[in-house]
Amino acid sequence: NITDSDPDGRLTVTDKDVKLQEIALAKNEGKELTKEEKQRLRKEKKQHKKNKKDDKGPPEKEKEKEKASVPAPSKPATQSPAHKAAPAPVHASESAAAAEKPAKSKAELRAERRARQDSERTSKHGKKEGGQQSASSKPKATPNELQPVVKRLPEHVQVDDPAALKKLAKKLERQQVPLRSDYGYKVSLFSHLHQYSRKSPPTLQISIPATVIHPSIVRLGLQYSQGIIAGSNARSVALLHTFKQVIQDYSTPPNEELSRDLVNKLSPYISFLSQCRPLSASMGNAIKYIKKEISNIPSQCKEEEAKGKLQACIDSYINEKIILASEAISKYAIEKISDGDVILVYGCSSLVNHILCKAFEKQRKFRVIVVDSRPRLEGREALRRLVKKGIRCTYVLISALSYILPEVSKVFLGAHALLANGYVMSRVGTSQIALVAKAYNVPVLVCCETYKFCERVQTDSFVSNELDDPDDLIVTRNGKSHLENWQTVKSLGLLNLVYDVTPPDFVDLVITDLGMIPCTSVPVVLRVKNVDQ
Amino acid sequence: MPGADKETELSERIEAFLSELKRCGSGAGSLRGSAETARETTSLLRRITAQARWSNAGDLMEIIRKEGRRMTAGQPSETTVGNMVRRVLKIIREEYARSRGSTEEADQQESLHKLLTSGGSSEDNFRQHFTHLKANVIEAINELLTELEGTTDNISMQALEHIHSNEVIMTIGRSRTVEAFLKDAARKRKFHVIVAECAPFCQGHEMATSLSKEDIETTVIPDAAIFAVMSRVNKVIIGTQTVLANGGLRAVNGTHTLALAAKHHSTPLIVCAPMFKLSPQFPNEEDTFHKFVSPHEVLPFTEGEILSKVNAHCPVFDYVPPELITLFISNIGGNAPSYIYRLMSELYHPEDHEL
Repeated sequence: NITDSDPDGRLTVTDKDVKLQEIALAKNEGKELTKEEKQRLRKEKKQHKKNKKDDKGPPEKEKEKEKASVPAPSKPATQSPAHKAAPAPVHASESAAAAEKPAKSKAELRAERRARQDSERTSKHGKKEGGQQSASSKPKATPNELQPVVKRLPEHVQVDDPAALKKLAKKLERQQVPLRSDYGYKVSLFSHLHQYSRKSPPTLQISIPATVIHPSIVRLGLQYSQGIIAGSNARSVALLHTFKQVIQDYSTPPNEELSRDLVNKLSPYISFLSQCRPLSASMGNAIKYIKKEISNIPSQCKEEEAKGKLQACIDSYINEKIILASEAISKYAIEKISDGDVILVYGCSSLVNHILCKAFEKQRKFRVIVVDSRPRLEGREALRRLVKKGIRCTYVLISALSYILPEVSKVFLGAHALLANGYVMSRVGTSQIALVAKAYNVPVLVCCETYKFCERVQTDSFVSNELDDPDDLIVTRNGKSHLENWQTVKSLGLLNLVYDVTPPDFVDLVITDLGMIPCTSVPVVLRVKNVDQ
Repeated sequence: MPGADKETELSERIEAFLSELKRCGSGAGSLRGSAETARETTSLLRRITAQARWSNAGDLMEIIRKEGRRMTAGQPSETTVGNMVRRVLKIIREEYARSRGSTEEADQQESLHKLLTSGGSSEDNFRQHFTHLKANVIEAINELLTELEGTTDNISMQALEHIHSNEVIMTIGRSRTVEAFLKDAARKRKFHVIVAECAPFCQGHEMATSLSKEDIETTVIPDAAIFAVMSRVNKVIIGTQTVLANGGLRAVNGTHTLALAAKHHSTPLIVCAPMFKLSPQFPNEEDTFHKFVSPHEVLPFTEGEILSKVNAHCPVFDYVPPELITLFISNIGGNAPSYIYRLMSELYHPEDHEL
């Protein structure tokens, strides 16, 4: 009846069991249950019931127990204080009572118990504290219990809070990562977000050769901040490949565990990358996966073996979540494309381009309208890829949308992330396309892999967004650029948003690798994923 | 001969005007505003009235109609030219009717009663000669010109009735009327303006710099961000190229998206349009309604390889249906879109709808 997997229960069950055994023994030996013992019994029963109800209690109590039990083995002679210290303070009175009884059986049982605790303690010291926490919190995080999750607010939406900025600066200083400063006048509605200039990437502030930050991470950061690698799939894949390189070059320092030290090594890299460009939801999920894999490496694993395992994990993640997922999504999406279709796409989504190319290979007859918008003009890249494949294309800017929509039969959109309340977070302008398509009764299909699903919720495009370099909006026409000196004019601001959120009523269908689901089923998929993991 | 000189001079002026029209219609919006076009058209028509040879109102109307057709053919998208021609024709009819002594109201509309009682058609009525007709018509055209000059001020005077303090107002592209409107309100009230730049010509940039010089808090956003920021906007104020007979608009491209976004957030859409922009056209089929300019604005020649395999479109105008519009502000006051047809019947005679 003493279960091994349940460390929380282990101690209390052992304790109770032992006490009950003591009382049973006392009864068997013919001794009368003294008043104290009866009291103790009653208290135990109450405690048992209380433990069943109180779920949060055990881990905290356990922490105390752990802290308390550490000094215990150093005092094996003094039975009562050790006995008092080890279980929760509630048991203190009973243990005091027990200590007064010089029963031999009790001493024997106590020794047995202590020996058991010692063995638990030594095995627990091997794992890191995080593992302990998660192991102890497992029994309470069963799916049918709703835990209030208090998430920390991410730093990149707290720019207007000086305390948060100071904390970030201290953290970056500790990790020796350069702090990037904001640029230009920020529109008041967005004063809580960073606004960086492309002309001053944080890589400028790093000395060469880079000692603290791995050089491939520096290169990746530069590629992010200059927009050379853009698009959530591309960014995630680049990140994972760079992490493979980092793991390859990593060597465990002496007296350190690979599982703990590697995660600590990765933290400044991640801070640096988020200084270069705020992390996307897909990158966040990938990083969570890697950290979990690293921390699950058993301590007796040799370094080479561990590295090989991690690299294989990363490869399989990329393969499953991105490459195979896009194959699955293409298969579903091609069913939705019929001959004679006129398909509208916006910007450059690698997934949507892949779907269209596959559909074209399968001899579907359709033509594509590519809608583009300033200042990124990503649609031109999509246009090049599709034209190279041989697909008939038309190209317009987003302001000509109302003109072109009457000819369109379907709209395919890519997504940056799918939020838990069913909103689609994507490149700015996507919500506009969905809105006008709805007005013209054209179906809107969003294609998104499941690894981009994110547990955040958001209702508008203001609270959490990314502000790109405002100088991108400046354009020179006929030799004149009106906004050239916008910084000198006090009341003029330029706003270059990167993302916006589309409400679920504009979206008709979401095509994922798990199938075709409505927008509102995103939290269901998230829940299923969490239970699987 | 003095008469011939005058005539050649007149035709020269008309030719010059026509070529000006043809030239400035190519892309980058219009190099001059519609108000200027309207004024030039009207002064040209006044000159025609003064210098051309005509003996009765019917002749004059014929001449003006002919010239009007030539001018509208030169630049079909510039509807103010046609509108002014129709206004002048209406003026001529009115002056003629006044000279004849009959009241204006009776001649206004076709009605069953009129058909039965008047008997003959009103066409040959215009053959009568009146000596003072010329002077009267020219005076009336002068009045029209003064009205045209005061339109922007009239509209701006109403600004304070519609803008309160700490508002966030959104606009698109560049409209001189809206610019004057906002600048007038900014003299007494503090508010924010968000300007959508309206690619590919990016006229919003000019508008933003001009507004920010008057100390108005301005923000420039790309067209793609219109829906994203719309939830924080209190009012949308736009200008337009033409107001159509059904109360709809023919405005710069991107306006329909703006109107749909405003409708979705239940934000009022206010159109500042002077009366000379009101045109008796109904939105017809695509080939006559839309105007296209060179697609190199959209896909430049630097994209050479794919250029030949791709269709690129660069429409200039958008149709906005009247259901999306809340209010029209014009020099004669504020009106709902459902009232536009009445205003039109006051400005133009039904027979002049087709020049």
